[in-house]
Amino acid sequence: MSNQRKPATLALEDGIVVHGFSIGAEGTVGGELCFNTSMTGYQEIFTDPSYYGQLMMMTYPHIGNYGTTTGDDEAPKVMISGLIVRSFSQEYSNLNADGGLQEYMIKNHLVGITGVDTRRLVRHIREKGVMNAVISSEGLSDAELVEKAKHWDSMNGLELASRVTRKEAQTLPAETNESRFRVAVMDYGVKLSILKNLTRRGCTLRVFPAKTSPEEVKEWNPDGYFLSNGPGDPNASASYALPILELAKKEKKPVFGICLGHQLMALSEGLQVGKMFVGHRGANQPVKNIRTGLVEITTQNHGFAVLEETLNEEVASVTHVNLNDRSIEGLRFNQFTGFSVQYHPEASPGPHDSAYLFDEFIRDLETHHT
Amino acid sequence: MPRRDDIHKILIIGSGPIVIGQACEFDYSGTQACRSLKEEGYQVVLINSNPATIMTDPMMADAIYLQPLTTDSIKEIVEKERPDAVLPTMGGQTALNLARDLYLEGYWEKEGIKIIGVDMDAVNITEDRQLFRDLMEEIGIEQCRSRTAESLLDAKEIVEELGGLPIVIRPSFTLGGSGGGIVWNHDELEQKVIRGLEMSPVHQVLIEESIVGWKEYELELLRDRNDNVVIICSIENLDPMGVHTGDSVTVAPTQTLTDKQYQRLRDAAIRMMRSIGTFAGGCNVQFAVSPDGEKLVAIEINPRVSRSSALASKATGYPIAKIATKLAVGYTLDELPNPITQVSSACFEPSIDYVVVKVPRFNFDKFPGADEVLTTQMKAVGEVMSIGRTFNESLNKAWQSLEVGRAGLGADGYEVLDRKAVAERLEKPYWDRTMQIRNAFKLGASVAEINDITKVDPWFLTQIEKLVTLENRTEGQSLDSINTKDLHELKQNGFSDVQISWLLSKDGKTVTEEQVRTKRKEAGLVPVFKMVDTCAGEFPAKTPYYYSTYEGENESEITPREKVLILGSGPNRIGQGIEFDYSCVHAVLAAKEMGYETIMVNCNPETVSTDFDIADKLYFEPVYWERVLDIIEHEKPKGVILQVGGQTALKLGKRFKEAGIHIFGTEFEKIDFAEDRGEFSRFLKELNILFPEYGAARNAEQAVEIASKIGYPVLIRPSYVLGGQGMRIAVKEEELRRYVERILKTHPENDFLIDKYLDQAIEVDVDSVYDGEQIHIAGIMQHIEPAGVHSGDSTAVIPTYSLSDEVLAKINEVQETIAHEMQIVGFLNVQYAVKDEKVFVLEANPRSTRTIPFLAKAHNRPEAKIGVKVMLGAKLKEFDLTSHLKHWAIKEPVFPFDKFPGVKKELGPEMKSTGESIYFMENFKDERFRKPYEFKNLYLSK
Repeated sequence: MSNQRKPATLALEDGIVVHGFSIGAEGTVGGELCFNTSMTGYQEIFTDPSYYGQLMMMTYPHIGNYGTTTGDDEAPKVMISGLIVRSFSQEYSNLNADGGLQEYMIKNHLVGITGVDTRRLVRHIREKGVMNAVISSEGLSDAELVEKAKHWDSMNGLELASRVTRKEAQTLPAETNESRFRVAVMDYGVKLSILKNLTRRGCTLRVFPAKTSPEEVKEWNPDGYFLSNGPGDPNASASYALPILELAKKEKKPVFGICLGHQLMALSEGLQVGKMFVGHRGANQPVKNIRTGLVEITTQNHGFAVLEETLNEEVASVTHVNLNDRSIEGLRFNQFTGFSVQYHPEASPGPHDSAYLFDEFIRDLETHHT
Repeated sequence: MPRRDDIHKILIIGSGPIVIGQACEFDYSGTQACRSLKEEGYQVVLINSNPATIMTDPMMADAIYLQPLTTDSIKEIVEKERPDAVLPTMGGQTALNLARDLYLEGYWEKEGIKIIGVDMDAVNITEDRQLFRDLMEEIGIEQCRSRTAESLLDAKEIVEELGGLPIVIRPSFTLGGSGGGIVWNHDELEQKVIRGLEMSPVHQVLIEESIVGWKEYELELLRDRNDNVVIICSIENLDPMGVHTGDSVTVAPTQTLTDKQYQRLRDAAIRMMRSIGTFAGGCNVQFAVSPDGEKLVAIEINPRVSRSSALASKATGYPIAKIATKLAVGYTLDELPNPITQVSSACFEPSIDYVVVKVPRFNFDKFPGADEVLTTQMKAVGEVMSIGRTFNESLNKAWQSLEVGRAGLGADGYEVLDRKAVAERLEKPYWDRTMQIRNAFKLGASVAEINDITKVDPWFLTQIEKLVTLENRTEGQSLDSINTKDLHELKQNGFSDVQISWLLSKDGKTVTEEQVRTKRKEAGLVPVFKMVDTCAGEFPAKTPYYYSTYEGENESEITPREKVLILGSGPNRIGQGIEFDYSCVHAVLAAKEMGYETIMVNCNPETVSTDFDIADKLYFEPVYWERVLDIIEHEKPKGVILQVGGQTALKLGKRFKEAGIHIFGTEFEKIDFAEDRGEFSRFLKELNILFPEYGAARNAEQAVEIASKIGYPVLIRPSYVLGGQGMRIAVKEEELRRYVERILKTHPENDFLIDKYLDQAIEVDVDSVYDGEQIHIAGIMQHIEPAGVHSGDSTAVIPTYSLSDEVLAKINEVQETIAHEMQIVGFLNVQYAVKDEKVFVLEANPRSTRTIPFLAKAHNRPEAKIGVKVMLGAKLKEFDLTSHLKHWAIKEPVFPFDKFPGVKKELGPEMKSTGESIYFMENFKDERFRKPYEFKNLYLSK
């Protein structure tokens, strides 16, 4: 107990300061303060590139209970910039685990704070909207930290995908006996489980860095395109993503987009994407599939969304809506073969209800292949 | 798709009297179902024989039949009411089995009645162990290896096949695992197989390989007609496989599973529910997971609302029974709003930002000779649930809720830290396992050692170890030396002021609870109240459902309205069951009708009183002094009602009085005085009212002296106990000495009383309400069994059937005299013995009793509400006091002897029944009267 008693401070840009104890690495970090309501799956969340640069507050109080497991990472490194919890568990119990969360955080240079009334802050953000904050275990004064939080880069207009994308293109073979399709994956911060969902279904993947030119992608001669999830403001990623989409459309190849990829596809068809007041982050978001009438419980992680008022039936039809706030969760594009969802059918963490979307992409590929 | 229009009138089958394995959670579900259907404009017809239920109150259904739960009564009701649908999923296994019997007869089909909420084929599959097995195999869900036996010979063969003992026995179609158990050796095998075969209505038992020690999980599911499925709650059992889930300490949500492991359970649960039919409703699935997390086996699936769904509802705030009912009549999940937030959808999976711990409550003290080792057959009589921000906080709160005299998980002066005793107690699962784990840590055991013996997951053990570390750190300190930070940490970990005072007294100087309270309040350490909102704060919620914790922000806003705080009755146990919850709910409704804002405090997840839409505000908290006082200091109510919550509430009376908190109704001194036999007898003497001779003693010599003076047989009992606990009849000195010895062991601090036992007397139980001017006799109940059998265990008849007019007049007169002289405001119950036309007063209870709901149902008159309203200042003349009872009503007790095979059925002054049913009879030829009448003396024991 004694070694986790070093004090730490969390300061919000609007002046709220709370004190707790340091966990993980020591230091001072900042970012957009957001919360996630998943009760399991913290390791997957910490390594989800869509969370790059954000301060993650877990609403479930005990975090660390089952330690960490190598195979559960969604990217080669931790993506969140800081962690806020109510009750950190240095001790863990799970026979699959290969270490505790404390060691994992230190190894990954992740700064965190425990002993915080997280619920109060969740309610605060819910009322006031998302904002920036700073965590520090370096003894800085409250005033200094608030100042730092105020000057931290706003997520609005921030281009982050290029910071989490891979440096070089990489080919991943299909996991099935024969490779059925070649899919170009645009990596804006792609989660490993998305790639697995595709290779498991017989796709050979070429995963391209975010800013790869359309020419280079075309050269690989893909059967279809996948636009990944990722962090930051989609408007800031449009400059390099839209040319790829133009290519796909011109080639008449099926496109599938998830999260940021979904937003980019919408942008490419003239829809607008804006920042949400709070965002959706959790593994319990109900989404209704309008075509089947069925509901799927989904994993979500987004602070931007397609603006409904800019929707134009000619270019896109809504396929999925969020049952809580009726926001757009999925689109089928009418001018080209493509569909996209705002949420995460690959789950990890979260329910597997939406995995069928990968099959749908395969069907699109099949239809176009013959 | 909206609600179904092809049905208009729906029959709901209740669960009948409270028994082990089927308790008041089915009043919760039945009540929610009735309200839910009425909201939708359906006509509701209800059958239930349990009078102490809210669901059988007149406002709940259009037609209520308080009749025995038999296929015959159902047919009779169907004849008369012509319902077009039946909802059998709200009344536990009882309702489901009845519906199934009628289904097999082809009755529902013949009458054109649709079964909603479940498929009967699904019931068959889930109850027929072999069918279930085959189906699971088909859908690729692993099972423990097992086979069904129909004879002892079969069973022996199967045991060999499975590679020998230990094995688990599970009889088909029984309740709460009745007749089941783990068999460790060959001697037990024969006996347990035969018992299981006897108890199974189809005479089948499943012989299953033992996976004792695996981790156990439960998921609560809801599905709609479109086949949308959501998981409402996940539950992890702290007690590994081998202990019935109803007897296990359970925690929500799961604590030690990674997301991948949890999603495997979720996928399997959904697949299982989809495999057993297409019905819309609720479902509970249980799994075992090997300690390494690799192997997953399905244990069972229950296609109905269950005890666990009641727990899951209270744990998450999501009203499962209410929504399951809406789904049964055709709504889909996406059409319904989340009733807690009112802004988000009901089609989601609740996320919680606190930890819920359920601890079962046992009553082995009532059944000497019963095997106290926990096994696959449920033995608990009730449970408590607690909510805290951490497991540690919740665990301490749960122990404060249990009402076993503890102030938390140890550190309160009661522990026996004998190394050998603790080690022995840990070897097998007992009811106090978490306490013994704490004791083991206190004695220096390690997590690995305890895990090795108990198989409890190391994560839980580590948390308990942390509590002990905190204890040890505190022990060296004094009230002056302890700093605010440490004190705060103790409070955050759920330690009560009593525990802290005890720890701080270890240096020799006694610190009191009050001193700790004062010190912490000076340091600003008061609890805040956080909301249970189903969504971890993601959406603003409207529902006033709170728990306490020691953190930053308080969410319970105070209104300017005048408030009444009603204390609940805590965990169900023998002597204090659903009857008190019934009165609590009526107290809330009565106070609301009188214009008050109502605040409910209770910790029993099986109850209607803890539904978030009963009181204006619900605090799901221990009915424990410190916690209640914290709420009172926050809410500042005008006063409290404690005469409806049984002993739980009543025993806090003195402290309310001392703290200057107003108690509605009869003055506390008078309540207290009725418990003091000496003073009460002097009072009766002054009024010329007869009572059996008695004396108070502190040791065996005094007892013998008193007994020889008043003459044998005598009744001996400790003072201040519940349900006649420890009460015995002694016919000679030797026996008397033996009982005295026993009482001194179990109640070392109490005096005990020696009463003259009136042999062959008739016992009469009278409930009344007095407003200072007028008395309302709610009922004079004559017991069939002789005086000496606890009133809760007696068959009571109203009106009386063999008392003379003179005796009745005398009883009326005495009742009024006592009420007047005691200055009763509200309830007064007096128990009498009538012998040779003389009326003796046995005891007086100035509070609502176990029989109030029975009388309310017998007369169809809201007795509980009348009493509470009088307490709050109303006058009896304002009420319509007409009785609607036509002939006779009988209260029939039910007993749990089938769960305790080693215990003989014998009735005496100590209560043993778990519940009762009501029966209306037209004449004395009725079998239901004649039978107990013929056998009335048979079971009388000491």
